[in-house]
Amino acid sequence: MSALLDLFAYWAFAILLMVGFYAVIAKSNLIKKLMGLSLFQAAVFLLYISMGKVDGGTAPIFQAGVDNALFSNPLPQVLILTAIVVGISTTALGLGIVVRIKEEYGSIEEDEIQKIDQR
Amino acid sequence: MITLFSLFLLVLLVITAVAVVQTRNLFAAVMLLSIFSLLLAANFLLLDAADVALTEAAIGAGISTVLFLGALSLTGEREAPRKGPRLLYLVAVIAATAVVIYATFDKPAFGDPQAPVQTHVAPWYLEKTPEYIDIPNVVTAILGAYRGYDTLGEVFVVFTAGIGVLFLLASGPGSGSKRRGSRLTEVGQVTGLRHYLVPRVVGRLLVPFIILFGLYVQFHGEYGPGGGFQAGAFVAAGIVLYSLLEGEKKALDIIPRKVLMGMVCGGALLYSAVGVLGMLMGGNFLDYSVLLDNPVAAQQVGIILIELGVGLTVTGVLLSIYHAFAARGRA
Repeated sequence: MSALLDLFAYWAFAILLMVGFYAVIAKSNLIKKLMGLSLFQAAVFLLYISMGKVDGGTAPIFQAGVDNALFSNPLPQVLILTAIVVGISTTALGLGIVVRIKEEYGSIEEDEIQKIDQR
Repeated sequence: MITLFSLFLLVLLVITAVAVVQTRNLFAAVMLLSIFSLLLAANFLLLDAADVALTEAAIGAGISTVLFLGALSLTGEREAPRKGPRLLYLVAVIAATAVVIYATFDKPAFGDPQAPVQTHVAPWYLEKTPEYIDIPNVVTAILGAYRGYDTLGEVFVVFTAGIGVLFLLASGPGSGSKRRGSRLTEVGQVTGLRHYLVPRVVGRLLVPFIILFGLYVQFHGEYGPGGGFQAGAFVAAGIVLYSLLEGEKKALDIIPRKVLMGMVCGGALLYSAVGVLGMLMGGNFLDYSVLLDNPVAAQQVGIILIELGVGLTVTGVLLSIYHAFAARGRA
């Protein structure tokens, strides 16, 4: 039972990853695809942060008067912190492209855009 | 107890994610995505990642919601039903999920202190930070000093994305089909949300505190959770809220586009300049320890300076992107 609980964080990661992936491949709406990409990204964030957690640990910030505290791993946190900001920037770029596609094609549905392209 | 709570949060996360993908109403999907981010932030907090939780709450639940809504107001809120082999996609995704879950059985148990990830370089950072840099927040120390190159790269990615959005949206109106006005700006432009009692009262009260909190997070990042990335997101969120309440024009009167551009470039330049200054004073690029006589104090000064650069760029980019989307609907 406890072993199953140990792995549950990773299973949640796997399911979230694939829910996001499903939106990217199965949905034709471009904004929905970007949302799927965001979910995919969030799943990866969750994986990294879960791996950095140490049982009984605390946030890696030294406190005066507390010696020998057990800290969780700060390195994945640094990577993910910057990745979140980069993620929103790339999402914004994607949204900008979607807005321009809407202006040019009058649609943001993938199959309609392809139909217009083939004409 | 805490395990039970984190299980509960993870299940909620999965449910929200499925709901985001399921719903055909894109407005609802954006709101669900915002809730998802808030739940994710709570989860990060439980996993001891206070800095990351702060970032996710400010960016995922705040800024990204506003940007998605801005895009939606330009593209429409309904998603057309998809014709296609849905079953095939479903089978492919379930098979892939099964493979990933199979792979997790080889992973070290959750929270295992002996896992490879915990025994490699992480102990060195935790051990040496008090000696070399002497600031309480190890995350900030790694972000600003040990892995300053990475962070510089990330700042330039943010910078590039901001420039990219401006290239895409700030140019003249597209020649294509007729466009609907952006509802975000129509409301924001003419009257703001001033006629709506609750947003007005609550929003006006919140704006100064959000910006003040952003500044606190900026300058307190060495001691508690925080730093330039989070601060930039908070300040931008505060000004976006102001702009929603009072109209975009008033927000642009306070921080004109030229100033925003200056922040975007100035922040990235400040960061690089600190690195070059280190070279001029005889050290390596981004080696702060040569900036002052006392290497430990010099590291702290270097971190404060580069965090300021990060904060400026992130605020500038997020606000420029917001204004680019908002102005698009008006053209």
